[in-house]
Amino acid sequence: MTIDKIIFLIVAAGTLIAALRVVTTGNLIHAAFWLIATLFGVAVIFAVLHASFLAVVQVVVYIGAIAILFIFAVMLTRKDMRDQGPQLNRNWGFGALLAALAFVGLALLVHGWSGVTKTASAFPSGFDAVSALGNALVSPDAYVLPFEVASVLLVAALVGAVYVAYNRK
Amino acid sequence: MVPLSWYLIFSAALFSIGLFGALSRRNLVAILLGIELMLNSVNVNLVAFWRYGDVTNITGQVFTIIVFAVAAAEVAVGLALVISVYRKRNTVIADEIDMLKF
Repeated sequence: MTIDKIIFLIVAAGTLIAALRVVTTGNLIHAAFWLIATLFGVAVIFAVLHASFLAVVQVVVYIGAIAILFIFAVMLTRKDMRDQGPQLNRNWGFGALLAALAFVGLALLVHGWSGVTKTASAFPSGFDAVSALGNALVSPDAYVLPFEVASVLLVAALVGAVYVAYNRK
Repeated sequence: MVPLSWYLIFSAALFSIGLFGALSRRNLVAILLGIELMLNSVNVNLVAFWRYGDVTNITGQVFTIIVFAVAAAEVAVGLALVISVYRKRNTVIADEIDMLKF
């Protein structure tokens, strides 16, 4: 058992426990804070995979913007900070069964796939993943079109969000 | 070196937990939290396949960035809808929002 395996197991276990708390805890503010813990765990997984830029973006965009937006939405949609009544609906048993089936199916798929024994190759010398990513995002023969479409989507979503949530009174 | 299958199993577990949250929670904001977990598990898969495939082919990371943008757009619109529904109906419990027109 090498050191990177131990780090991965600790981070993965912590992330999964935090994710379970997100979907089971009764208090919604606590669920949002557990979501921050989960997102941070995923950022550490990105760092373990040598995707340093994505690890930073995960912390800045997901934790810094999306999780904070969730906390604001939780606080804006209640008069009383306590949550009354059950937090799971009547059919939660079916939901749990479906989730378990999805996990078993995905695990069997991974188990039966021959490419899963692939090992990670070392980075070629002189290869910089961050500059390669930046070049790919703006180069016309790579991904400039999806990149621009994503920015148009973001603008449309923000204008739509302001319109939908605008208080006309 | 951590085997690729560990990352795939981890992301499958994260996806299943998010699926359970999206299917079983009553509060609309909590359903969106489950969707966020599912989007994150997809990102883990994309980055793991980039690292264990050809690292000079950066497609996995580019699509992770696209998923970030789509997730941000989805959360902004989703939470705006939740706030709008709360203003009109005074509730964010999914089973109580059952009218087609108000």
